[in-house]
Order: sequence, then structure tokens, then C-alpha cells
Amino acid sequence: MSDSGTQSKYSVNKRGFYGDFGGAYIPEMLYPNVKELEDNYLRIIYSESFQKEFRGLLKDYVGRPSPLYHAKRLSEKYGAKIYLKREDLNHTGAHKINNTIGQILLAKELGKKRIIAETGAGQHGVATATVCALMNLECVVYMGAVDILRQEPNVKRMLMLGAKVVSAESGSKTLKDATNEAIRDWINNPVDTHYIIGSVVGPHPYPDLVARLQSVISEEMMEQLQEKEGRNYPDVVVACVGGGSNAAGAFYHYLDNEKVQLVAVEAAGHGVDTDKTAATTARGSEGVIHASKTLLMQTEDGQIVEPHSISAGLDYPGIGPIHAHLFKSGRGTFVSATDEESVAAGFELCRLEGIIPALESAHALAYLKKAKFKKDQVVVVNLSGRGDKDLATYIKWFDEMRK
Amino acid sequence: MMNRLDLLFQKKESNILSIFTTAGYPKLNDTLPVVKALQEAGVDFIEIGIPFSDPLADGPVIQDSSTVAIENGMTLKLLLSQMEDIRKEVSLPILLMGYINPVLQYGIENFAKKCSETGVDGIIIPDLPMREYLEDYKQIFDQYNLKNIFLVTPQTSEERIRFIDEHSNGFIYLVSSSSTTGKKAGIDGAEEYLSRIQKMNLKSPTIVGFNISNKESFLKATKYASGAIIGSAFVRAITNQADVVSAAKNFVHTIR
Repeated sequence: MSDSGTQSKYSVNKRGFYGDFGGAYIPEMLYPNVKELEDNYLRIIYSESFQKEFRGLLKDYVGRPSPLYHAKRLSEKYGAKIYLKREDLNHTGAHKINNTIGQILLAKELGKKRIIAETGAGQHGVATATVCALMNLECVVYMGAVDILRQEPNVKRMLMLGAKVVSAESGSKTLKDATNEAIRDWINNPVDTHYIIGSVVGPHPYPDLVARLQSVISEEMMEQLQEKEGRNYPDVVVACVGGGSNAAGAFYHYLDNEKVQLVAVEAAGHGVDTDKTAATTARGSEGVIHASKTLLMQTEDGQIVEPHSISAGLDYPGIGPIHAHLFKSGRGTFVSATDEESVAAGFELCRLEGIIPALESAHALAYLKKAKFKKDQVVVVNLSGRGDKDLATYIKWFDEMRK
Repeated sequence: MMNRLDLLFQKKESNILSIFTTAGYPKLNDTLPVVKALQEAGVDFIEIGIPFSDPLADGPVIQDSSTVAIENGMTLKLLLSQMEDIRKEVSLPILLMGYINPVLQYGIENFAKKCSETGVDGIIIPDLPMREYLEDYKQIFDQYNLKNIFLVTPQTSEERIRFIDEHSNGFIYLVSSSSTTGKKAGIDGAEEYLSRIQKMNLKSPTIVGFNISNKESFLKATKYASGAIIGSAFVRAITNQADVVSAAKNFVHTIR
């Protein structure tokens, strides 16, 4: 993140667009908040004092750098040299904390007193509640009613950390609706509140802000690969994409290195050809969701379609505008994995490497079975989170399989 | 033909009453009878909401009406075809209010053209920001004599209000407080802001909206602006009513 000056051709432009995608399609009520952020975020996050505190917390509080682990048994099975970037070992169990640490420091610098966030799987909600406790700021997390039921341990974690969890009861009652409610809260609290968006979605500058804060993932990968492989890049980086923050972080420093294949794995749900899916690039078209022009799943009339994925963190009908651009420009390889393939990949990692991955990350792992690797290829799978929060789902499938 | 909004503002400078209703609500074919009832009850202009699945700037009442309207089968395409029938019986200025995504899917140029053909006088798209409007949309809307209405809030800076005024060609929509629609009862606390705007002597007429719910708040708002818009309170008044025409007229008669 030290390279504030470097601009990739895949970076956001001055109008807040990645190619055809992005922008800030916000109602006037949000204009002062978003403008304040746009005018200040780069100055603040690249200031010496911010960097010192951010880096310090990432090291001593989050436990970074996260290991880059050579998964030997997985490598043997799939015939490539497979590394796992262990974001699952971060404090709070996922990559989400990289972003919330950065945004809470930014919010403090902007003089905000109250934090709001949306959450799907609860990982971003927990990461937000955590940094709010750390910085003694009021925290309100919006979560879809459906997700509150399927991610109960994370709801309890947020409450223990002192956050207020508000159930989003509109629409499909999942991540999209939680995001709507958080945006409505921000409209109603325009002065003292900062909205910590959890992914590379929303109005400019959020996609760029979150990508920059998450870019620590690929920054570390470069150093770690240099040490282990004698070159700072892999042949392939694989990450799951809901909104796409872990993928944006894992891809960030390789965007301009065309030798690196960037693989984004979307959630196919029951299958990309069914209506129970969250595979946005396969099923979506251009439009505006949550104030950003991007690809989203919608009807012919422009109504946003309710997605489905077994993974609450990928259950989102859009993707971040940076990913829409990577898809359309052909720079990214977009694939998908079904619920079933992902659960199977999750169990496989348990047995081969002794790691229970989050269901989101299991989608990235499911790609290994579909890919055709060459023997000496170096592949990094971003293991974005751990599976503790998904035990109820895993146990259900596990018991089913043993019958 | 001259834009109906321009005609309205030429002959009337104060006490203008506008009502917002959601298209296809409470029933799919209620748009025409409701709009006709509003004209007969003496409303000055009408906003018809294009239902959207994710209405970010709206509170629960309009959200719920949108959800019902979509379930009823309302689409932008159908609304524009209903407009043809509405225009046979209604001569008031009509604005469509909705979010950018359904308009993008319809196609901007097609939308503007169809609006012009069916007698839509203007549009309010809260999530179409000024910058995008000026660069990508203005030319098309102007070509079809379609007014695009901008919002101003208590947090909008004076400089930006002047900028919006300069680029407005219908009226300026004064959002009474920083909130989603129908969030607060009444506009207490907004008077200082409304008075501040009044003293700016803008070239565009101003109409106050959000949280205007009854005669009291309507009279308060129109002290400072040319008129006011009632949305959520009206939608609530026609919800669960067997006779929407009477319900619509009765509501307007409580205002004036």
C-alpha cells in the first residue's frame, strides 16, 4: 500500500469508473458524505500517521503477515504447486478485518462518532464490531433476517462485542437488503456517521478504498513468493467473489502483470442455469446496484433478482465494479462453483490439510478440481476465511453424506 | 407543445399541491383511477412512482407499495402504456419518479422518447447524480422536452444549490430533512433551512417533499416554497381501501 502513486490500467479513473463500471449513483442526501470521503480518503490513508497506526494494528492486533502455506497434499492431488494465503488465521477469522481496521482509522480522522455496516455471513459485521470496540465507537450492523438465522454464532459475537444488530426484513432478507438498510441509515444520519462498507461495492470511492486496504494481501504474497519461489508472482491466483473484496486484495498488485492469471470464482448455487444462483457474470447484465454501475442479476424490467448461495458471504446479486471491468476486459477468468462442489472442496481441505475453510473460501478451492494445471505451476488460493461460522451447515451435509 | 409544468408555474406561484402515488398500487389497474381522482380533487400536479425492488431513498411505506406493485405485475413498460390512457383523461402535469436501474434497462433514449410521446412532463430520479446527468443524459432529455428534477437537502452547500439551480429547468425538490421518505412526522425543525433557501431567491420554483403528511405540514412548507409534495401519507391512505377513488379524494380534501 506504499505505492499511492502507481496507477494500473485497471485502477479507478478520476470520475470513479473502472472502464464502463463504477461511479456514484447516489441520492443527493448522500452527496456530502460521499464527497467528503472522496476528497479525503487518499490523503488520509497514505499519510504517515495513518500508515504507522494501520500497519501496527495489522501486525500486532490482526496477526499479519498471514502465512503463505505450501499445501503439499493438495498440491500432490491437483498436480501443481499450491499455496494457501491464510487469511483465515487473521483475528476474527477472515480478511474482512484488514478493511475495517483501515476504515475505522479513516472514520476517526474524519471525526465520526458512529459506525454502521452491513453484513452477509457476519464476518464483516464481526470485524466491524471488533474495531468499534477497539476504538470505542458506537456500532450498528444491518444483517438480513435470513442470514441472522443461518449465521447465528456471528450474531452472538457481534452482540458480545457491543454492537447493535438490526434485522433487515425487506426483500430477500439477505446481504443486498442489509446493504439497502445500511444506506438508508446513512441517509438518515448524515453528519456523525461513517458507513464501513465491507466489500468493493457501493459508490465511488468505496470500491477503490476497500481494494487499497485489502491490497495488503497481494503485497505480502509478493514478498512471501519471492522468498519461497525466487520470484514475486505466482502463475495463478484464485479467489472467491461475492462483492469481491478478498479477490480485489489478492489480485491488486498483479493486475498489470499479465503473466499472472487471475481467477474469480462465483457462487453458482444450485447451478448457473437454475434460478437459485449468485453467479453474476454468468447471469447478470449491466445496471446500477447500491449506487454503482456494474454487472448484476436483474429482470428485463430492471428489478434486482434475489440470488442464492449456500454461502451467505457470496449471496449477492452484483459484483464490485472492478470485477465487472476485469470480466469485460478479459483480464480476469470468471468461473463458478455450485453449493455441492464447494462443500465437497471444503471437506477435502479438512481431510488433506487439516483446515476447515469458510464456505466462501471453499468456492475458491472448488476451482482446483476444474482447472488443468501444469506440474510446475505456482497457484495461490486465497483462503479468505475459516469455517467455524459454517459448522452448522457443514454438519448437516456431513451427516447427510454418512447416511 | 409547451411543457405542462411550465404552464403551471406561470399561472401559479404558491400553494401548489402535488401528490405521489405508486404505479400499479394498490392494484395493477389503479393507476388511472387514482390519478383521475387526484385531478378531480384539485391537486396541481402528480408524481407517479416507478416501482423498484431496491428503493434506497424510500422508507417502509413506499418500499412496501413498490413490492406490492411489482408483485401485481407493474413494470416501466406497462406504466408507460398506462400513461397513454391516463393522458386521455388527465391534463395535469405528470412526473415519473423512480430509480435509475429500470430506466437504464428500458434504454435512456427510448425512455425519453416514450415519455415525450405519452405526455410525461418530467422525471425525478434520486440516484441519477448531477455529474452523470450533465455528461450523459441532459442532451437526450432536453431533446424530448423532458424536465429532470434535482433534490436539495439541508446538508447541501449554498454553492451546490446555486449550481443545481443553474441547471434546473422545472423546479427544485427541497427534501425537508436528511431522511428517507416518510421517516418523520411533519417538518418541525426544517423551517430555518426552508427560510434560508427562500432568501436565496433562486430562479427555479421550489417544492418541498419528504415528511409532508397533512394540512399542517403542507401549510408550513408552502410558507417558504411554491408548493409541497405528499407521498407516504397518501400511499398509506389508499392502502387496504375498497374504494381507492373515494380514499384518494378524501385524502386531498383533508389538505384543502
